[in-house]
Amino acid sequence: MKDLSMHILDIAENSVKAGADRVEVELLYTDRMLQMAIRDNGCGMDEQTVGRITDPYTTSRSSRKVGLGLPFLKMNAEQTGGRIEIDSKPGKGTGVTALFDTGHIDCVPEGDLASTLALLMTGHPEINFVIRMKRNQTDFEISSDEIKEVLEGVPISHPKVGVFVRNMIKEEIKYIKSNEL
Amino acid sequence: MSKVKNLQDLKKMRDELKGKISLREKSDHPESMVQIKVSMATCGIASGARETMNYMIDELDSQAVDAVVTQTGCMGYCYAEPTIEVTLPGEKPVVFGHVNTKKASEIIEKYIKNGELVDGIIPDSYETIDDK
Repeated sequence: MKDLSMHILDIAENSVKAGADRVEVELLYTDRMLQMAIRDNGCGMDEQTVGRITDPYTTSRSSRKVGLGLPFLKMNAEQTGGRIEIDSKPGKGTGVTALFDTGHIDCVPEGDLASTLALLMTGHPEINFVIRMKRNQTDFEISSDEIKEVLEGVPISHPKVGVFVRNMIKEEIKYIKSNEL
Repeated sequence: MSKVKNLQDLKKMRDELKGKISLREKSDHPESMVQIKVSMATCGIASGARETMNYMIDELDSQAVDAVVTQTGCMGYCYAEPTIEVTLPGEKPVVFGHVNTKKASEIIEKYIKNGELVDGIIPDSYETIDDK
């Protein structure tokens, strides 16, 4: 994957496949590290499956035999000296946490985070995405449910809403990033 | 966690949209709107599906086309990513392959707005991803 935000899009798709109706995406920035967590309330996995989940030849789909989402994430995290952790319980859900050293020369760029997060929300109208970002003392949280409440029945997947949500998140990210230590 | 500030602005936009959409009773019947599904699995994302989806949202917004743009998983046409499925109201879904921004613009101009088919359709005995 060319950038970190693509991983978010990719891993969140696993949560969708797992039948989750609530997916949390949390980004915590500290000095040099980024902790990226995606937690869902989907079907979860047993211990055995978790054990081989970063094997590229493990996949839940039947259309082909490779599954590269988590192996790619692991590779990109580890090449910065970071790691990934997977916490899953059958019937409860799955959490994937990745740690990146963003100051490392091999860390892939962050990419277009605002449009990625907006696409997640507007691309999956039936799922409540909760997005949280925290950098030093500044933070924000937004969820699909909050947006849908305001929309009063206007579909969240309408292009006009999509552009709005993207710009809204962009503003928030800009604000968070403007507050350095 | 602090709440986002400009949800108020969304209310204004909602009222504009509501007038337009509910007039045609579309909000309760999404099947009467153009539906676009972008295949967004690892294969799609790596081939630029995110850019395609962003582009389509921007274009449909600026050309004021009422549509629902959502994501779906891998449709099994990894060789032809990014792939999108377009369902015009009352029509069978059509899957297009290799949809970069240029192709996306052609699909909007010709197929979505005028119903003319364009190259790049993936032929299949078709079932939608939801039927699988």
